Amino acid sequence: MFKPLEMKEKEKASRSDESPKPREIKRRLKAVKKIRRKKRLEPEEVELPLQVAIIGGGAAGMEAASVLAAHRCPVSLFEARSELAVNVKNKYKIFPDFSDAGQLVQTMVKALDHPLITVHKDTEIVEIIQEPDAYILLDNKGVSHTVPAVLLASGYEPFDAKRKEELGFGIYDGVINSLQLETMLKEHKVVNSLGEEPKRVVFLQCVGSRDEKVGNHYCSKICCVTAVKQAIEVKRQQPDTEVYVFYMDLRLWGQGYEELYRQSQEEYNVHFVRGRISEAASTFDGRIQVKAEDTLLGQPLKMTTDLLVLMIGMEASPGTRKLGKACGLEGPYGFVRSKSVHLEDNLSEQEGFFLAGSCKRPMHIAEAVNDGRSAALEIIKFLRR
Amino acid sequence: MADFGFNISKPQSIDTNDMDVNRLQALEEKVPSFRSCISCGTCTATCSARQFGSFNIRRIHNLYRWDQRKGLEKEMQKCMLCGKCTLVCPRGVNLRSLIIHIRKALADKK
Repeated sequence: MFKPLEMKEKEKASRSDESPKPREIKRRLKAVKKIRRKKRLEPEEVELPLQVAIIGGGAAGMEAASVLAAHRCPVSLFEARSELAVNVKNKYKIFPDFSDAGQLVQTMVKALDHPLITVHKDTEIVEIIQEPDAYILLDNKGVSHTVPAVLLASGYEPFDAKRKEELGFGIYDGVINSLQLETMLKEHKVVNSLGEEPKRVVFLQCVGSRDEKVGNHYCSKICCVTAVKQAIEVKRQQPDTEVYVFYMDLRLWGQGYEELYRQSQEEYNVHFVRGRISEAASTFDGRIQVKAEDTLLGQPLKMTTDLLVLMIGMEASPGTRKLGKACGLEGPYGFVRSKSVHLEDNLSEQEGFFLAGSCKRPMHIAEAVNDGRSAALEIIKFLRR
Repeated sequence: MADFGFNISKPQSIDTNDMDVNRLQALEEKVPSFRSCISCGTCTATCSARQFGSFNIRRIHNLYRWDQRKGLEKEMQKCMLCGKCTLVCPRGVNLRSLIIHIRKALADKK
């Protein structure tokens, strides 16, 4: 639950705080309403005299910030890292249409260039205190921010494949994760452990997802199509490379995904094998040997490959885990819990505390963007109520 | 050889490193639609020969993908080429043509 502040701390917090006192917040919101009524203005015609705090400068947080600003609602965007949209930036092309991730980030960053948006990089929110009608956020620099509404958009982090020791990630150079392959594709330099063009590339799905052994029962839902996309990219860059994808089910649920799968088979001759790789080991010549069952044949098989790519899933980011727990909104697997997934997915059980993006569950970029946008509209509804 | 009272079993797993990928490639060139197979088993479900015996066309072409040709030639004779599999395939794989080409490839002992 929210921690009540000791009197002394409260004084200390308010000293470093340039934002209004909690009771001032209510007064200002009322004053805005009064002006609006008197002058018969539309909500967007009156600028809100208060900052909304957005925790997390990823796809959802950035989109929410630009929508709020467009509706004349001042925003403080807090990002713990020194860069915005790191998870998007780490990608090369985005499924299903191979859009450029870098360009996408550029567009999103450009949208933040607005007089009502203040971006605080390298700023981690370490504590959230609930007051009547306001939240006080304490950051890692010792500054506190008093706000009428908070949007939590603290996102996900990629699964650490070292936890699946039997797959040899971090042990053998020929075993990489899907993000590393993304970097290789970006540089047009897909190479094996010896720096040579691989003759064979093997993808393995569901690493860190649907796996009781790492405590994740859920499906990360983007890895299937990501592997199909990456398989195509490998074939485009190196047509002579053989590509195999080991899967349990192929969950190609989104528009255009199934078509991409078919294209990967027909145009690029990507091979799909149903079965989970149980272990990977290095051969004497630095290649990787994997063991799996072809479950369609009911027969075990061995395969040697130059590169084994682990399709890592999504887990709640450290910030999501910490703040979710601190605010009493902890949901399954460390993600945060919304009020209702159907009609109140941007709301939490705490009034004035909103949620957006992959801090709730695995989401792809477009979903996170849309979720940030819808959260912004919920906040506007709340502040101008 | 001395009888120790037990046998040593040969490895049962498919070693894909031994396979000749050219054979699959040659088949795919003749029947390009084969690449689109999703191993759903609709072909086997409708198969006339499967109703009365062990013939499993889905399993056969899955084996062929790994270049597992042992015993396939005899197995392939069970197909009557009725073509129902081709009619039902959701991915448009020309299975009848595929079977004919697998038979031809198997007959080629090289």
